[in-house]
Amino acid sequence: MKSVGEVMSLGRSFQEALQKAVRSLEEGHKGLSGALEGKLDLGRLKEHLLIPGPQRIFWVYHALKAGHSVEELHRLTKITPWFLREIEEIVVLEGRLRSFALDRLPMELLEKAKRAGFADDQIAVFCSGTEAEVAARRATLGLHPAYKRVDTCAGEFKAETPYLYGTWEDFSEAEPTDRPKAIVLGSGPNRIGQGVEFDCCCVQAVEAIRASGVEAILINCNPETVSTDFDTSDRLYFEPLTFEHVKAVVDREAAGGKLLGVFAQFGGQTPLKLASPLHAAGVKLLGTPLNTIMDAEDRERFGQALKRLGIPAPAWGMATSFEQAKDVAHRLAYPVMVRPSFVLGGRAMAVVFDDAGLEKYMREAVAVSNDQPVLLDRFLDGAQELDIDVVCDGEQVVIAGLLAHIEEAGIHSGDSYAVIPALGVPEDILETVRGYARQLALDLGVRGLMNLQFAVKDGIAYCLEANPRASRTVPFVSKATGVDWAGVAARIGLGQSLKDQGIGDGVPRAVSVKGVVFPFAKFPGVDPVLGPEMKSTGEVMGIGETFGEAYAKALLAAGIPLPLSGTVFLTVNDADKARLPELAQKLVALGFGLCATEGTARTLESVGLKVRRIFKVNEGRPNAVDLLKNGEVQWVINTPLGRDAFFDEGAIRKEALRLKIPCLTNLSAALAACEAVETLRGEMKVRALQTLG
Amino acid sequence: MRAHLILKDGTIFRGRAPLGFGGGGEAVFTTAMAGYQEILTDPSFAGQMVCMTFPEQGIYGIHADLNEGTRPWATGLLCRRLTFAPDHHRSEGDLAGWLKRHRIPVMTDLDTRALTQHLRDQGSQPSLIWTENDGSLDAGVARAKALPDMTGQALCAEVSCKDRYELNAGGAYRVAVLDGGIKLSILNQLVGAGLHLEVFPWDAPATELAAKRFHGLFLSNGPGDPAALPGMQKEVEACLGKLPIFGICLGHQLLGQAFGGRTFKLKFGHRGANQPVHDLMTGRIEITAQNHGFAVDDQGLPSEVEVTHRHLSDGTVEGLRHTKLPIFSLQHHPEASPGPHDAHPAFKRFVELMEKNQR
Repeated sequence: MKSVGEVMSLGRSFQEALQKAVRSLEEGHKGLSGALEGKLDLGRLKEHLLIPGPQRIFWVYHALKAGHSVEELHRLTKITPWFLREIEEIVVLEGRLRSFALDRLPMELLEKAKRAGFADDQIAVFCSGTEAEVAARRATLGLHPAYKRVDTCAGEFKAETPYLYGTWEDFSEAEPTDRPKAIVLGSGPNRIGQGVEFDCCCVQAVEAIRASGVEAILINCNPETVSTDFDTSDRLYFEPLTFEHVKAVVDREAAGGKLLGVFAQFGGQTPLKLASPLHAAGVKLLGTPLNTIMDAEDRERFGQALKRLGIPAPAWGMATSFEQAKDVAHRLAYPVMVRPSFVLGGRAMAVVFDDAGLEKYMREAVAVSNDQPVLLDRFLDGAQELDIDVVCDGEQVVIAGLLAHIEEAGIHSGDSYAVIPALGVPEDILETVRGYARQLALDLGVRGLMNLQFAVKDGIAYCLEANPRASRTVPFVSKATGVDWAGVAARIGLGQSLKDQGIGDGVPRAVSVKGVVFPFAKFPGVDPVLGPEMKSTGEVMGIGETFGEAYAKALLAAGIPLPLSGTVFLTVNDADKARLPELAQKLVALGFGLCATEGTARTLESVGLKVRRIFKVNEGRPNAVDLLKNGEVQWVINTPLGRDAFFDEGAIRKEALRLKIPCLTNLSAALAACEAVETLRGEMKVRALQTLG
Repeated sequence: MRAHLILKDGTIFRGRAPLGFGGGGEAVFTTAMAGYQEILTDPSFAGQMVCMTFPEQGIYGIHADLNEGTRPWATGLLCRRLTFAPDHHRSEGDLAGWLKRHRIPVMTDLDTRALTQHLRDQGSQPSLIWTENDGSLDAGVARAKALPDMTGQALCAEVSCKDRYELNAGGAYRVAVLDGGIKLSILNQLVGAGLHLEVFPWDAPATELAAKRFHGLFLSNGPGDPAALPGMQKEVEACLGKLPIFGICLGHQLLGQAFGGRTFKLKFGHRGANQPVHDLMTGRIEITAQNHGFAVDDQGLPSEVEVTHRHLSDGTVEGLRHTKLPIFSLQHHPEASPGPHDAHPAFKRFVELMEKNQR
């Protein structure tokens, strides 16, 4: 198995359900048609049909469109012919739709198309119109979705299950209630970068809304989640999270009772993308207003806000060509962080150290066009990164949680071990960061949750980015502080101020460490070196009285237990050399053997420690990687040496990850990990979460 | 072709009649997801148009060995979607073509869920598939209002065999079968239990059914209103006490009446492949196949008749046993087809009853 998430869709026909499922994936497909637009090489059709891949269903569609027979496709794909014929019918319908201009589109064909799962924006492409025009045409013809209940008894008995899906029939069974109500948009399928963390936020929000006496209505399409349990919300609409489907539910629910509005801040990036079109269609957003979302998401506008408030940020620039990028990079000075400006969540991001690397990135990694410029940021190498979640009601800001990353700077926050409270970071820096976060939340006009990321270098805290929504860390922070922060945010959206709610800054109940789980074992081809692009598929939490205990538990839970004996491979940068003897002596006292590359070894020997000298990867053999492979090293402590060693370290970490050997990249964490080893050797304490704090 | 389903109560559902003709019958629904061929050929569905609650029908085509009767006895198929090009390695044809050959009307593109809910709330009722060729909707509504109710209809004559015939000669016990519209799979189960069957038409007299040569009597399923069959009831009554008797569905209802009880029409019946039945003798729950619109009223049964099974959803009688005589009956279908086999042991029970009560 290689997938990380799934969607579910319901329809009154296979065709309808299939096309809704394809839309629910949020991979940019409107349906089966158009999915491979521009990428279609019919010369390679056979290969794509023979070898199963994530795009195969789209190749099947296009093969049928190109006139290949169901029999031939069955022979190549072994897909049951019934499914192929159903898809063929969709192909035929597309052809018929294409033969009409929108204003001539007959009712019978349009209804047939909707019943086969075609979306408005797809029909718009076929009939040379816009999505809004198709919707208008439907309205003229009186064609609206109906909502059916899922009752597990085929309608044989009266059931009150509040579990609904949209389809195209004459009779609806979702009469809206006459209560005040709020809609929460879910997070869609689990994927790397947006998983169940966001579902947890949605569930917290729904619970808070229900407890406030307001009907909570949830829209989501992910069957794996708690939010799509039939009894989580007052009403569940199992629908794709696209404008058409969401707007239809809004219209339906607005027809009765008082629809207060729609929450777009709990389900991650998915609902946030819908905020703008929903707002434009006159739908009221609850919580943070659209302007604030735009201010935080738009690099230019966010930069202005930081400038206005005097908050430091890494220098940055944009480029649409390598030449431009080179100029910007030289102005910023290498290393720089590069990314396409249109993606979020760290996709296709990289740290580049020189012109050659930049050229390669611009050429290979991104298809550059004028519409989609590349963003370059000065990369603060060796910085300490911090994650902060705040809640703001417009008057007051409270800090939900402030986390210190354990991993080095440049590793995606979703992939970094992190600790709350932010141990090892001076209090004055933390206070500065809290102050910046408060200022920004008030200035941007946040009503609800916001997540900010900072990097601290040379005593200066730089603001890296802001997300005006519930973040990935909210469930972790909630469990660490005992407060349902997404619930707090939802209540703000319903008009209850922080003061009304009696909510103050979150107080960590213990030391909590977030650990990370990677799927590399399932993907032998994927480079396991961590970077700005998120790769993890899960997280764990370790709670303890000390960092050592919490960290030991987190590692244990993530399947990478710290070694209790053996040899430690040490390489540290010059800045860390001063504290190296302290760490090394602790390790020796714990009974570990030491090995190191030349520079580190010299420091250790100078304080009288015995150490085995080994080669760097490019110096000869046996080198550090060989030792890992031979099972001679049980623990890697490697604080980043910067540009020259970047690739060497990459190779070591890659091997360590593959062999599940713990690899620490931060000296403070390593010192604390020594405590963890002591904890592991002793008796592990267990406490009920409810008894904390 | 565009068409409407018009119910006797005046409710109208739109859809299509892909075969180009309409028809009529009592609209009933079944929750069995598959099994359309067994359902449509089941003689107990005579006079009824069956709404399949599962929206995709016809996917696996038509198979000669799935017939439960000599032809489709249902008078119409009501569904949401119909596959015209079926897909199954043993399929011998498509459902639509098969129905067309037998002049059984089909309605597709129907909101079957809304129809099901309507029948659930308002009751099964006569209805018409009214195509655009059949005239105005008003005319259709007037026609539907005049349709006769299922209550009071005697339909066994139509579906029963015309002449006596034998099966499995040489079987361990010789059993008389009263054919009120028997499903082929019931005959198969009886033969499979090693019985020598003599199948009699619906109007066979007790003197023949309880003839000395028989070790037992089986009373089959069948269509229509059991209360409209006083002749059959009288003959069954005359058989009581003469030999072991086992009845299924209509046979069970006839026994209930012969014992002195009465039957009544259920609002929308029990039709499906996962109907839960409580076996009061063992305490077990059996998931059963069912198809009945009438039930035996447990009030008015004599004290020597015991209710052995009840439906879990509405508590109605699903099985009876005579405490003094070797007679038992089931309202549900132990032969399944389509459905689960939880209740299969009933056939063994019949054989054991004959073993213990040899004449």
